[in-house]
Amino acid sequence: MTEVEIIQTLFQLLKHIAPDMEPSELKPDENIRETLNIDSYDTLQFIVAINDTLGIEIPESDYGKITTLNSLTKYLVEKSNAKLKI
Amino acid sequence: MIEFQMPSLGADMEDGTLVEWKKKPGDKVKRGDIIAEVETQKGLIEIEVFDEGTIQELLIKEGTKIPVGTVMAIINPSEVTLEAKEEKTPESKPIEIQPIEEKIIVKKEKIKQKASPLARRIAEENKIDITTLKGTGPEGAVSKEDVELAIANQQPTEKAISPSDSIRSAVAAAMSKSNKEIPHYYLIKNIDISKALNWLKEINSHKPVKNRLLPIVLFIKATAKALVEFPDLNAVWENGIIQKKEINIGLVVSLKKGGIVVPAIHQVNLKSIDEIMETLNDLIPRARALKLRSSELSDSTITLTNIGDNGADAVFGIIYPPQVAIVGFGSITEQPIAENGMIGIKSCVTVTLAGDHRATDGLTGSRFLVALNYQLQNPELL
Repeated sequence: MTEVEIIQTLFQLLKHIAPDMEPSELKPDENIRETLNIDSYDTLQFIVAINDTLGIEIPESDYGKITTLNSLTKYLVEKSNAKLKI
Repeated sequence: MIEFQMPSLGADMEDGTLVEWKKKPGDKVKRGDIIAEVETQKGLIEIEVFDEGTIQELLIKEGTKIPVGTVMAIINPSEVTLEAKEEKTPESKPIEIQPIEEKIIVKKEKIKQKASPLARRIAEENKIDITTLKGTGPEGAVSKEDVELAIANQQPTEKAISPSDSIRSAVAAAMSKSNKEIPHYYLIKNIDISKALNWLKEINSHKPVKNRLLPIVLFIKATAKALVEFPDLNAVWENGIIQKKEINIGLVVSLKKGGIVVPAIHQVNLKSIDEIMETLNDLIPRARALKLRSSELSDSTITLTNIGDNGADAVFGIIYPPQVAIVGFGSITEQPIAENGMIGIKSCVTVTLAGDHRATDGLTGSRFLVALNYQLQNPELL
């Protein structure tokens, strides 16, 4: 999956989690939760949705690495590539 | 015969509109079955039955506004024959409506404010309380012009009432009542939850993503277990304290467009933390969609509010009447904590208790917070 495809997927998932916000207006280095006003319950649903859609399981210990759109996309691209190599 | 009445779904609710019957005459019902959907300030609520039997009659027509306590249906607690069931079609039974509108009119007439029929009608249509108007007509009667003036003096651009406005009104009513009637006392305790969070992290590392637990489930369970020791806080005030057998924690759920709803998690002390998380997974999306069941809105025996991550350090709640306590959890923050003469960085949460001073004293509240702390220091026992 390309970076662009991952970003598009993330926007779709975020739109579902925060329907009143416009995820595509999210700046790359903005904190996703703070900007879109997402609480811990919705964050967990977002992580579950990423797992369901992209097949990538994000361990709790990595939550601190995926706070912005940039860092999350980079993380998922790396995980996606790692999966392909296996 | 059992009279099934429109239930109260909280201190802030006076009526609701019957949207749809989910049962018809002849249907058997048991406790917990959904009998109807009612539109209220808190959304579209599924109304549950609390008795077992057979629906004999549906007394209210769909689309009717019904005050709390109105008899909606007759339930026959005994069995009925099959023939009897077949005779009663849903179309045949809803009778001409109970005189809800008449009741309202009767109430108003009792106030004896003189007014012309036209003025009354315009006032009603515009939700103006005619008794608050000063009449300029004959013998002080309120005239059409008086009502029109009152309408003109209202908010100039009244917008249509949205669900979030309704919720706001419901919250405003309940909180105003609470502030007026309940003498609150407040207590605060800073609790080190490092051990609990580490324990949770370990538990979650063995679970698939969708089964992971959030810290709030520990807060909910710990609160329930502490309440077992302090039943005076799990109670309602109705001209005296009445302890509740079940520990049903009302969880404050914030809505995306503003406002809150407080659905109950039933019998929390009897649920495992996994079961509590399952309940949250069911309850929170429905609460945010304003699709709750009547028992979820009416059965809470205490309220828990949780600020969540990156928010305020502490929250001082307002008790939801007729309950007598609300527990508040602030954000989880890292703090320098002294322990055994050493300072370390710990994950902490500030827990508050607002208690009704008519029902309990600060000493009870303080002991409760100590018990809550004990529970969170021993997460493996939750």
